[in-house]
Parts: sequence; structure tokens; C-alpha cells
Amino acid sequence: MKAPAVDYVRPRTLTEAVDLLAHASVEARVIAGGQSLLALMNLRLASPALLIDIARLPELLVVEDHGDTVTLGACVTHAAIEDRRVFDPSHGLMPRVAATLGYRAIRTRGTIGGSLALSDPAAEWPAVFAALDAEVILHSSSGRRSLKCSEFATGIFQTKLAENEIIERARIPKLSADARCGYVKLCRKSGEFANALAVVVTDPPRAYWRVVCGAANGAPLVLADTSRLVAEGPRDPDALRGTVGRDLNHAADRHFDEFERNLHTVAAMRAVQQVLA
Amino acid sequence: MTAIHVRINGSEIADDLPPRLSLADFLRERRNLTGTHLGCEHGVCGSCTVLVDGEPTRACLTLAVTCDERAVETIEGFGGDPVIAALRRTFHQNHALQCGFCTPAMLITARDLILRRRAGSEREIRDGLAGNICRCTGYTNIVTAISEAATEIGKEAPNAQ
Repeated sequence: MKAPAVDYVRPRTLTEAVDLLAHASVEARVIAGGQSLLALMNLRLASPALLIDIARLPELLVVEDHGDTVTLGACVTHAAIEDRRVFDPSHGLMPRVAATLGYRAIRTRGTIGGSLALSDPAAEWPAVFAALDAEVILHSSSGRRSLKCSEFATGIFQTKLAENEIIERARIPKLSADARCGYVKLCRKSGEFANALAVVVTDPPRAYWRVVCGAANGAPLVLADTSRLVAEGPRDPDALRGTVGRDLNHAADRHFDEFERNLHTVAAMRAVQQVLA
Repeated sequence: MTAIHVRINGSEIADDLPPRLSLADFLRERRNLTGTHLGCEHGVCGSCTVLVDGEPTRACLTLAVTCDERAVETIEGFGGDPVIAALRRTFHQNHALQCGFCTPAMLITARDLILRRRAGSEREIRDGLAGNICRCTGYTNIVTAISEAATEIGKEAPNAQ
């Protein structure tokens, strides 16, 4: 189908954009790459009255190296990360993830900010950014605030982003030289949304270990006991399987069926094995 | 209505468009460039793939007004392109199309894979084609055609980017 009728405005600055968003008298949506929003509009699942195009705002395209962190503007595309055109704080994890995200013609337009804002439970960046302990910086007409990505997403397509806020950038800690990452995406066809997604980051010099499941019927799910077990080093597969299983049991609100439990367990175990190998 | 100025296949075009108009409908309905095909209109089939500022883009998931001051290349604009010329020949020789609906976007996607050096193996080509659906061929001949064109282009211009 075709997108419904809509008004369109392209502000020149981020300040102008947040003012437009704050003062809109109709349902307004920001559009960056549009790779999810346009699909939803074409299917008539979304019908905003006003689109505020933020894709070219210079404030949202910044890439900055701050020594122990890197900030990436919200409108950095997946393809820019895949091609290593922006600084990679993650020792190759982010380019590796980006290459599995949708199709090239989606990645050239789609942005990290769009992925985080939509927070599709099966999307890659919410889980990966939570695993990297990244933060999002949110901008509104009344100022800025930052939130940990692990707390920003609250459920299926639900986040703490307020109606008058725009994601400005993500701040990602730099992994130290000894850090290791594991990433497993289970899906039936290259580029599809994941059926299960596991991300593991271990960084002993920073005393940091985290195992996160995506596509987990809600916000990215941090496997707390598994993360602690990984910190202790290699374990026999049965102990690992048991701990992953207990972590999944703790998340009773996710209502995993037997098949989903198995998929998440397999993904988590394979990702952990990449790190411990 | 929103005024835009866009370069399409090398020609400067100015127009006044309703914002809801997709790039694909703009190209097909207002520029008569019907080589850009619309299958699913929600980003899954890949048939509407064109280049925007040199990068493959879903024309169904792009509003025409967002292409203001950008350059768009459609299949009609590749007349003198050596990679498309090689692909056109290897697609023909390998019977890599039947109905032809997916072909313009297959050629544009394949050209991008070859230029980014992502057509070095069958696995790479199949991964790269995951976003372009063909319901006739079963893909085998398309993969062969792209592989042959990649080899040919690699020999002619080993340093091509």
C-alpha cells in the first residue's frame, strides 16, 4: 500500500527540530532513515500527521573519540558502521553485527538512533548496546539527559523516550585490548529479524562481564547469573546450560515456550563459547 | 506540497510533491522510469532498489521529498556502466531471469556487491542477494551470472573500488 497523507518539514538544527516536536499540535514523528517508519506507514500501522526529517542534522551525525568512550550521532547508518567509516569502540563487534542487520539497501539508510527508538525486540542494536553498557543521550526543548541502554528499552516497542525527546547520540565505552565479544543471531534467512540473539562482552581489565539475550519477548534481557559464571572463566557445557536455563526461568514475564527457551539457550551458549574459546 | 530539486540519472529535476509520495512512485508515475518495480511496498522484496547518492536504497521505503538535493540512479541510467554491461551479458548467457520483474533491482544489487568486493564466493553472493526476492529462477543462475561478471570485472580492473 501507499503511505497516508502527511506533512513534512526539514529543520536545519536540532534545536529547531525539538521545538517543532514540542509545539506540534498534531501527531508528529521524527524520521531519519525511515526504514521502519515508512514500512509501518505503507502498511497503515502508523499514520502521523507530520514528519520532522532529522536525517541530515549535523548534530546527529557527529562521531567523537573521547578517550575511554566514543559517541556516535543518532543518524549514523548501519552501513557506516559495517564499512568501518566511523570509529569502532568494540573491537569489531559492531561492524560484525551491522553486517547481519537487514539488507544492504536497508543498512545504507537505517540509523542506530532509529533502531534504538523503535526498540523492536528482535532488533540488534538494543541488545548490543545494552551488552556494551552504552548510554543514549536524549535531547528535548528543556535540555538533555542520558540513560543506560540497558534501562532505556522497557518492553516490546517501548522505551523511556518521552514524546518531546529526540535521541541525539549514543555513548559507547571503549573496550580494552583484552576484551572479547561473542555474537550469535539465529534466523532462517540472512538479514531477517532474529529468532534469538545473544551478545557476550567480557572485559577483565574493566571488571566487566555481560551476557544479553535479544529477541526475548521484551527489552534486551541481561543474563545475570550467566554473566557472573562467564567472569569465572571456562566452564563445562552442562553447568553453562543450567545457568542460562535458570536465568531464562527468572524472566517469567517473558513467557518463553519450550522452543524459544531452547533457541535462546543455544544462542547464548554459542556466543559464550566464542568468548571462552 | 514540498518543492524538491533532485538529480535523476544525471538530469536536474525540479518538482513539487506531496510528502507521502514514495521515491518509487515519483520515479514511475511522474518521471516515467518504470524499470523501478514495486512488489511488496514494505521493504522485503527488493524490487524497487535504486541508488541514492551512489548507495543502494529501497525506493518504496524512501519518501521522494527526502531526496531533495540528492542524486538518484535508476536502472535506466546505467547505459554506459561497464559493470552493468557485464552483468547484462552474464544474466543473458546464464538464463538468470525468467519474468524479469526482479531483474532491474538484481542488476543494481549485484553491481553494488561487485564494486564493494562482496561477490567473491557463492556464499557471499547469496548473502548479498538475501534482500532481493526472485520467484522464477531459484537463484542458481543469478548467482552464477553474478559470479561470472565479478570474475570478468576483477580481471579487467583489479583495483576497481
